[in-house]
Amino acid sequence: MKQTISVLVENRAGVLNRITGLFSRRAFNIESLAVGPTDDPTISRITIIVDNGNNMVEQVEKQLNKLIEVIKVRTLEEHHHISRELMILKVTANAKTRQDIVTICSIYGAKIADISPTSMTVEVSDTPDRLDTFQEMMRPFSILEVVRTGVIALQKGSGKI
Amino acid sequence: MKIRATQAIMECLLEQEVDTIFGYPGGTILNLYDELYHYSEKITHVLTAHEQGAAHAADGYARATGKVGVCFATSGPGATNLTTGIATAYLDSSPVVFITCNVGENLLGKDSFQEVDSTGIAMPITKAAFLVRDAQQIPDIMRQAFAVAANGRPGPVLIDFLKNVTAPDQMIDYEFIPWRENRSCASMRSLNASHQLKNTNINQQDVDTLREMIAEAKRPLLICGGGVVRSRAHNEFRTFAEKMDAPVAITVMGGGGFPGAHPLTSGMIGMHGSRASNVAVDECDLLIAVGCRFSDRVALDPATFAKQAKIVQIDIDRAEIDKNVLTDHHIIGSARRVLEMLNEGLPQYDHTEWKQHILPLRAPSVAADSAHLNPQQIMETIRLNTPEDTIVATDVGQHQMWAIKHLHFNYPGQLLTSGGFGTMGFGLGAAIGAQVGNPGKRVIHIAGDGCFRMNCHELCTVQHYNLPIISVVFNNGTLGMVRQWQNLIYGSRFSQTTLDRGPDFVKLAEAYGLHGYRATCLQEVEDCIRQALACGTGAVIDCVLDMDEMVRPMVAAGSPITKFLLD
Repeated sequence: MKQTISVLVENRAGVLNRITGLFSRRAFNIESLAVGPTDDPTISRITIIVDNGNNMVEQVEKQLNKLIEVIKVRTLEEHHHISRELMILKVTANAKTRQDIVTICSIYGAKIADISPTSMTVEVSDTPDRLDTFQEMMRPFSILEVVRTGVIALQKGSGKI
Repeated sequence: MKIRATQAIMECLLEQEVDTIFGYPGGTILNLYDELYHYSEKITHVLTAHEQGAAHAADGYARATGKVGVCFATSGPGATNLTTGIATAYLDSSPVVFITCNVGENLLGKDSFQEVDSTGIAMPITKAAFLVRDAQQIPDIMRQAFAVAANGRPGPVLIDFLKNVTAPDQMIDYEFIPWRENRSCASMRSLNASHQLKNTNINQQDVDTLREMIAEAKRPLLICGGGVVRSRAHNEFRTFAEKMDAPVAITVMGGGGFPGAHPLTSGMIGMHGSRASNVAVDECDLLIAVGCRFSDRVALDPATFAKQAKIVQIDIDRAEIDKNVLTDHHIIGSARRVLEMLNEGLPQYDHTEWKQHILPLRAPSVAADSAHLNPQQIMETIRLNTPEDTIVATDVGQHQMWAIKHLHFNYPGQLLTSGGFGTMGFGLGAAIGAQVGNPGKRVIHIAGDGCFRMNCHELCTVQHYNLPIISVVFNNGTLGMVRQWQNLIYGSRFSQTTLDRGPDFVKLAEAYGLHGYRATCLQEVEDCIRQALACGTGAVIDCVLDMDEMVRPMVAAGSPITKFLLD
């Protein structure tokens, strides 16, 4: 089962290394990881998605708690958090296919970020699942390049970690 | 007040009441050593032969005295030579602050001479690793480092100063704050808030639940782990065991946490555990493990471990709960404080029948044959001829198991051994640290010939500082424990384990200006020990043993705990 771990850490050199080191030591694969500053510039939030057994996630959460650079750790409950990922996708496009691509983009709320005689670059922000389906819809047009940011997430409601 | 950055480093050591440092100088740490020169009346520096020896010595000092050990080394090879020592301290939760210096900011990351990413290397083997790039941060980081090393589950911390930070013209604001007060200063408050460095409150309800479980138990077993030793909870543990009237199994790291000759001791537990302890694990209905992480050398097969029992774990580190063995109940807190709470009003139990079933299984068989030197007899001879409070430092392998099984340890810090990391060559360094920290006590170093060869250059440190350490080398001309596995599991194919080579350890001791002795029979062992005790310098006793001696009993890795491969 995929799980989302949200970690608040001190914003300084080497912290990310220390955290990912905890995963690699246990041969855990990190499915996605996103880091960015919070409202407080001395604190960063790391969102980690892992697909491992419950026991392993619990163990990693405990180990993360021991690091002095880590301020708070929380495994976000399924269905009780908002998660988003940004994707930028470049697809082959010509006069014949352009309109079809625009139609699919409007269904998914994707924006056209760039256009050339032979290609279109679109950006879309959504849940990872919906990004996957969007990518599938684009595939028949021949995808040239894709980049995804990794998931960021916050829990629902007024609660915070 | 403005003082030199290096002066602030020394003052911060004094804040922590540090009076002894182990280390080895070099290019990038010159500024620190130059400052140390001015502080030589307040801080004693012990110069070893090699950084690894300094690391083990600081670790041994910490284990034997209960204080935080301190070790200095230079950048590059100095720092990498420390790593085995740092990992050894980490696996056995020993509080040591390692201080290294790195190249200056202008040379950082340019593959400069003697440059290595020390904090990166130390990351997985320290509780915290600090890189200091700004001299003004020195007081905060020094205070945090000591707090992190000593609090909660203890362990090593690395501070790496860039050389420019230690430059003589670096002046910083500094105010001396004794450690009892500086743990509440501003930089600590954020650390405390996020890490509860102060003792966590122990949940009274958890303690009450355990009392109920104790009241229902018919066949309780206690495990004395390293946490009892680290929190110096031996008195509390003893009271608890006596009130419980339950057998006590002792782990390798728990040696010294409960008296070795106490009538309730069932002996060592695990791979080379006594039949009494291992059978007790299998048959008990309540297992209370205090400061024990159920390593793979204790809970060899987690699935069948204590299968009839309710398992209770008392540990200061939440991450240890349910890590290796799933428990039925746990209490988070330091062993000492949890036991204090438990002992309060705990009734006196009587488990005579269960004890009579388990404890007689303990008696080890000692061979009576005296013409042929055997390890149990050497240990008995050492025990009978040395003071009762003798500190024993061991290396790793057969001699380590024999020492732990046959010598008696009665207080924390009496046994110094590399349990978690299994570091060959640990013993002599640790013995040096222990002797420096306990000048009034006798320190014996027990080694195998393989281990002794790894760090015997530290004999020069023994000689120079006039430390009366006696190294007893169990010389069987082989890597005994590996040979034992080859004998039992690898069809007697002795691949690269025969050590039929020099040096002559007696001559080696003499070359270092120490006394050397050789014993080939039991009487000679006794004579050599008596002479070594009286000789006034460090000494090496070379005990010549048969290479096929085995550590008994033995359970193979991963097997159920009572499935003995050897009786």
